[in-house]
Amino acid sequence: MRSIRRDEVRQLLKEGAQLVEVLPHEEYEEEHIAGAINIRLKELNRKTAMQLDRSRPVIVYCDDYQ
Amino acid sequence: MGFEQVYEYEDGKRDWGSFGLPREGRLAEQPSGGDVARADVPTCLLSDDLSEVRRRVRESGWETCIVVNEDRVVLGRLGRKAIGSDDGESVEEAMTEGPSTVRPSIGLEALLKRMQSNNLSSWLVTTPMGSLSGSCSAARPRSA
Repeated sequence: MRSIRRDEVRQLLKEGAQLVEVLPHEEYEEEHIAGAINIRLKELNRKTAMQLDRSRPVIVYCDDYQ
Repeated sequence: MGFEQVYEYEDGKRDWGSFGLPREGRLAEQPSGGDVARADVPTCLLSDDLSEVRRRVRESGWETCIVVNEDRVVLGRLGRKAIGSDDGESVEEAMTEGPSTVRPSIGLEALLKRMQSNNLSSWLVTTPMGSLSGSCSAARPRSA
């Protein structure tokens, strides 16, 4: 998985990328990047990933310095 | 899991919020420093003529001017005393260097507390790279 910076995130979003916040639901509810969905890291599996479109890029993120 | 393009935004949502980019959620709905910062705060360059800067700032009704470089990175501030004076100095000599700044994502309540505890009536909002977003004033926020 390649690490990317903010500018590349913005560019990929313009191209239809999907954002996934992997933090606990409470933290997601508190604040998340606009348009992101929430799948906790420990719950990320084939079933939960069904809500994502495999044909589009996926960007995962958490808080910072994780 | 069959995904061909997966990336990690390593700097995460703190970085995103620090640049004032769109956020959602309970905290995002509350006003932030970036929301109320006035981007029309006067600015000048180190090389600008101080008397001309003073004239411009006084005419604008502001009592401060932020000294920035060509990339709008904050270098210093000309405060009320520097703007009100007519002493013939340069911008660099008259300015106060390195004013304290906050990021656009700071909550308004936290920002006001910081102003009160430092006995300041305004605070600069900058990006993490130091580029000026605007000035927050306890007396006259932009949204008022």
